Amino acid sequence: MIGHDRKIWALHLGLVGVLLALHWVLPIYHHTNLARIMVLAVFAMGYNIAFGYTGLLSLGHALLFAAGMYGAGLSTHLFGWSALPALGAGLLVGVVMAAVVGALALRTKGVSFMIVTLMFAQAGYLCVLYFGSITGGDEGIVIAPASRILAGLDLSAETPRYLVAWALFGAGLLGNLALVRAPFGRVMIGMRENEDRSQLLGYDPYRTKLVVTLVSGLYAGVAGAAFALMFGYVGASFATIQYSILPMLWVLLGGAGVVLGPFIGALLMFYLIDISSSYTTANLATIGFALLAVVLFAPRGILGAVRERWLPWLP
Amino acid sequence: MAAVTLLQARGLTRHYGGLQAIDNVDFDLAAGEIHALIGPNGAGKTTFVGLLCGRVAAQSGTTHFAGNDITRLSPQARARRGIAYTFQITSIYARLTVFDNVALAVQQTRPVDLRRSTLAALDRVGLADRASQVSGTLAYGHQRLLEIAMGLALQPRLLILDEPTQGLANSEIDVFKTLIQSLVPDKTVLLIEHNMAVVMELANRITVLNFGKVLTQGSPADIRANAAVQAAYLGADHAAH
Amino acid sequence: MEGLVTSSVLALTAVGLSLVFGVMRVVNVAHGEFFMLGAVSAWFVTQAIPGPPWVSFSVALAVCPLIVAGLAAAADRMILARLNYDPEATILATIGLLYVFQQAALSFFGPDARAVTAPFSLRLQFPWFGYSGYKLFVILAAVLILSAVWWLMQRTKAGLVMRATQMDRTTAQAFGINVNRVYSSVFALGAGLAAVAAVLIVPISQAYYLMGGEPLLLAFTVVIIGGLGSLRGTLLAALLIGLSDGIVSMFFSPTLAKIIATLLVAMVLVVRPQGLFGAKA
Repeated sequence: MIGHDRKIWALHLGLVGVLLALHWVLPIYHHTNLARIMVLAVFAMGYNIAFGYTGLLSLGHALLFAAGMYGAGLSTHLFGWSALPALGAGLLVGVVMAAVVGALALRTKGVSFMIVTLMFAQAGYLCVLYFGSITGGDEGIVIAPASRILAGLDLSAETPRYLVAWALFGAGLLGNLALVRAPFGRVMIGMRENEDRSQLLGYDPYRTKLVVTLVSGLYAGVAGAAFALMFGYVGASFATIQYSILPMLWVLLGGAGVVLGPFIGALLMFYLIDISSSYTTANLATIGFALLAVVLFAPRGILGAVRERWLPWLP
Repeated sequence: MAAVTLLQARGLTRHYGGLQAIDNVDFDLAAGEIHALIGPNGAGKTTFVGLLCGRVAAQSGTTHFAGNDITRLSPQARARRGIAYTFQITSIYARLTVFDNVALAVQQTRPVDLRRSTLAALDRVGLADRASQVSGTLAYGHQRLLEIAMGLALQPRLLILDEPTQGLANSEIDVFKTLIQSLVPDKTVLLIEHNMAVVMELANRITVLNFGKVLTQGSPADIRANAAVQAAYLGADHAAH
Repeated sequence: MEGLVTSSVLALTAVGLSLVFGVMRVVNVAHGEFFMLGAVSAWFVTQAIPGPPWVSFSVALAVCPLIVAGLAAAADRMILARLNYDPEATILATIGLLYVFQQAALSFFGPDARAVTAPFSLRLQFPWFGYSGYKLFVILAAVLILSAVWWLMQRTKAGLVMRATQMDRTTAQAFGINVNRVYSSVFALGAGLAAVAAVLIVPISQAYYLMGGEPLLLAFTVVIIGGLGSLRGTLLAALLIGLSDGIVSMFFSPTLAKIIATLLVAMVLVVRPQGLFGAKA
């Protein structure tokens, strides 16, 4: 898209600014929620980079999130690392896991790709259970308070936790924006839209998708690591298929292939479950019906529809 | 004219099941020529250029491009070495803008100013004023031009065009002819074409393909005079060769 | 013996999954939930029907698969058909269904595992070992039902119509086949087979709202190893996996066995997408 640069940056920087301002405004309950949502949105941004922009419909992103989570959690738990190197460890484990899975799974396409990623994630979940003596299995690990201090900021306290989540979100969002607006972002979209054509323009589909998977793994890994350190807990439930489905649902709901989509989707879904659980305990059904509704009635998601109708320049 | 050979194919073969789509074909392209590939429907023209650009894998035979063996290279590697291909059935990024379509090709050449280079490439085919239109909404003739613009924007050494004038209006064909003539001798063009007027006017040499084999090769005048070609086209006597 | 029981139930479930994928090109992630609904509804039916166990169980065996098949047909009409059977969208939709069904079972059936009494407790006693008569019945029933499915697909007009639709949807439509009705029937049949398998196994295992995960994963394994959409390969793979399941778990812990199985499935898809027993493409 030509032009619109100022509008685009103003919009995204504006959101980041508003989220910072909310730190001083929000009541404590929503304050904690929003910190959580921002970190989960980083995970979903990673999913969006793979699925929304490049068309890689993975059903196994829980593996990458859990890799980051256990990378950080275990390095504090087993080696007594502090939060900063643990965050780095989580990020690294996420990327390495993405490299391994990507190198194999990207040899398949479409439905096979979905099943292969699903199977790898399932194997990862089972491994967490199998090595229960190290990972804590179903019960998980509680991270020691001493390991939750990131460069002097105590992540178990409200204020530093929100600010770290905000910083991570801001960096993730602006990095995502820069990526998709760079020439490489166009190549990603090209792969999604017409792989055959891209190949004849000299782009290697496998290499492009592998790079995208690594970036996606980086986002998922760092989000998993931050989530573990911020909330002090690592558990097998984060490796279940549900954590592969959730980022997909957030991205689909908010708008796949829109930079702001993952945040909007995560925010809405979080509060949808939050509000509905005061009427019913049927949270599974809320997820199920939301997924069905999006697939049936809003395949482009909220911001996808907005882009189609009103804001064609939305990246 | 002691032409330099840009592309050399030897013994290229491809069959589908029992059907010999391309049967042991030798083929040379001289640098800087406009070469037309003609033949009746089903002669194997699209399969043959598919073998040259790597979309179709050869079962035997070799292909050399600019002196290097490219037989085993992927389509993307061949594209990076300077072979551009435009599809017979328009294959653009229909949901992206005209600008983004061409930018994807232009950015392969690592220009200093992507935006300016892309607009220049669009200008060449007269689409610059439609840069921000979604390409799927273009008229058919403009989509064909966009397809050609993407091929050209790669700055290839060899441009392979698969039935580029199909569905174009006469005025658009004139634009196209001027465009192609302006490319040589800097680039080499291989053209699959059904419109004989275009072929006779543009081509330096013509190769006739029939039943997956080279029927004959020569200048436009030679081909016009060749009885076997006429037989193949009229279908009167398939046993002519 | 245990292995053959596992194989029988697995074969029924996997053939259902394979049929749906073969004819409709739909990967039904909710297949395990149809299995679960079969077992759960069997519990309700056997509770509601008075009389000796063999009466209530027979009713359950006849009625539950029909209920589940009806539910599947409705899901096909209301959801899958509206997505025009787009492969990726239907996977997402069946994931949605999975959650909805699980929640429904949790809300109406509760979080506990519940047993269904076997219709008879006959035991065939030989001098050196004994067989549970019910397990023999399960194997026999599975063989009968699978033969019926085979007969349906190969020897009847309905089967011909299904196979024609599988080959080429557009041409089938052009020949006046009501493709939508074929799809609904196939989806119902696939779900019904999973439900039959569940009703048969429920007196041996138990009914539980999360019980769908295991058969889904195993059925996927079978279908992928046997070759996507190939019925013969599916049966062969079900036999192999059902029999090896018992042997493998003697040497490895069940979790490790599952890890190996899932990785194996993933690698088969990466290296040999047509499956181990699949024909060419």
